[in-house]
Amino acid sequence: MKQKLVSSLLIILGAVFIAVMLIVPLCTVLAYALRQGWETFASAIRDPYAIKALRLTLLAAVVTVALNTVFGVFSSWAISKFRFKGRQFLTTLIDIPFAISPVIAGLVFVLVFGRIGWAYSFLQAHHLKVVFAVPGIILATIFVTLPFVSRELIPLMQAQGNEEEEAAALMGAGGFKIYRKITLPHIKWGLLYGIILCTARAMGEFGAVSVVSGHLRGKTNTLPLHIEILFNEFHLTAAFAVSSILVVIAIMILILRNIVEYKGKKAGSEDVR
Amino acid sequence: MYVKLEHIYKNFGGFRASDDVSFSIEKGKLTGLLGPSGSGKTTILRMIAGLEQPDAGDIIIDGVRVNDLPASQRGIGFVFQNYALFRYMTVFDNIAFGLEVQKKDKKFIKERVQELIRLIGLEGMEKRYPHQLSGGQKQRVAFARALAPNPHLLLLDEPFAAIDAKVRKELRSWLRETINKVGITSIFVTHDQDEAIEVADEIIITHQGRVEQKGSPAAIYKNPTTPFAAQFIGQSLILDDYTKLHGFDKTGTYTQAVIRPEFIQLARPGKHLYQNAAEDGIVEDVFFRGNSLEVRVNVKGMRLVAHCSLEEEAFQPDDPVSVLIYRLFLYNHDQVQLVENRMLEDKNPVFI
Repeated sequence: MKQKLVSSLLIILGAVFIAVMLIVPLCTVLAYALRQGWETFASAIRDPYAIKALRLTLLAAVVTVALNTVFGVFSSWAISKFRFKGRQFLTTLIDIPFAISPVIAGLVFVLVFGRIGWAYSFLQAHHLKVVFAVPGIILATIFVTLPFVSRELIPLMQAQGNEEEEAAALMGAGGFKIYRKITLPHIKWGLLYGIILCTARAMGEFGAVSVVSGHLRGKTNTLPLHIEILFNEFHLTAAFAVSSILVVIAIMILILRNIVEYKGKKAGSEDVR
Repeated sequence: MYVKLEHIYKNFGGFRASDDVSFSIEKGKLTGLLGPSGSGKTTILRMIAGLEQPDAGDIIIDGVRVNDLPASQRGIGFVFQNYALFRYMTVFDNIAFGLEVQKKDKKFIKERVQELIRLIGLEGMEKRYPHQLSGGQKQRVAFARALAPNPHLLLLDEPFAAIDAKVRKELRSWLRETINKVGITSIFVTHDQDEAIEVADEIIITHQGRVEQKGSPAAIYKNPTTPFAAQFIGQSLILDDYTKLHGFDKTGTYTQAVIRPEFIQLARPGKHLYQNAAEDGIVEDVFFRGNSLEVRVNVKGMRLVAHCSLEEEAFQPDDPVSVLIYRLFLYNHDQVQLVENRMLEDKNPVFI
């Protein structure tokens, strides 16, 4: 009897916590966005600046995910399948973006490429603009989302071991064939999962991007930055309307994530040795 | 000599895995590298395959120094301890992999794979994946996969370690027969002396990165030439003070002795033919070993192990027993000598 009381109490506590922390805020976003009717909502998300911000966000996410996927696959392959000096150091290095505040990440790029940065004269000479421009935003996003793919892949690849690859190499298979036929089938679900997480993070990145963007409307504003501006200008409905775009994308990504996780688990349970 | 290792050294960090390893193997022979874990036997195998590089020394296969030849060009088939089958490929694709890498034509690959599948007796399982196979079947597929590209030399790393006891026995004789049928020079690694003795034409005993002894199973069993070989082979027990036993005197610098169950004969007190050569002991324990009894006896504070036939009346714990020791291996830190019981030699009864 007492045990039952405790367990139901804990369940209620958990439910209340989730409701207050997650469900209510999300619902508020949608409710607030639609508060002044569909017309206001539609005009807010049809606003040319909002659309430009969405485009920039998607562009940054696509470039970031592509580069980080390539980097993640290569680095995790190197770390899990080879023994070399500095391997441990490289593993730690990859984790740095998780440990450092995004604002610092943004400042680093300003200090390197900005007006006071040491690369500024070089960039100026070649008519390149990094800070307060799209390349800076992409760089900052790459930095912040760097570990996602490799963090997913390293444990998977380590669990797989080297023997299958050694067996293939002994029979004369080249690196690319080994990767395609042996490594990739093993990591594909983990890779997809890492890519999805990386995408979600890249779209929502605020801190680092905020520092390097310069908030030029229609030029260097991403969706999260656009929302902040709207909010600061007391366009609350518009701010929440645009937020709802991000929320919808996030929910879609989460659904995708669950499908991938489910498929990956199914594939995983099939190759129990 | 087909495979030859000359003064091979290999260190992993501070660990010396190979310490002046030299040996050679004849063409067509099945050789077992036998040693306890950590004795460097797998390292030797991996260096021959080209999966590790020796720090110093030469590896020669068929008259060619292969140290600088990449693994894939040495013409070697390798069977990994856990088989390392490609888990996302079918049995057929696993066996065909090496041939596909060599860009052989489809028809040839198909015929060769079918031929190998017949050889390993897995007809009808071509479309299965590794996780749908039993341990013994996986082992056979790994074997076929290694043989597919027609290697000159087959290396097997602990080929039976991951298989349950019953299947292991069958697989041992199967592997031996199949290797003989194919006629390929083979080296396998094992820590199990029964396996080495049963399967190998020749055994190389390794210990602490060195080669202790090389010879036929019978020769190694009967005439161990190093103290380690004497202790490692057979069901050997070490005696610290062998001079306490009847008929064995202090000999040279030999301080310790190795005794095996087959050196001992047990009888009821007073029933031994050579009564004066026998010791009195007490039975401590009796274990049923399936085809015989293992009897532990205490003789002058030393615990000895002997085997008894099931035909005889069984000893019980605390029974007094007469223990006759025929011979011992005496050893010091670098020599071994077989000595017979002096009392048996002296009183050589004349039966004419």
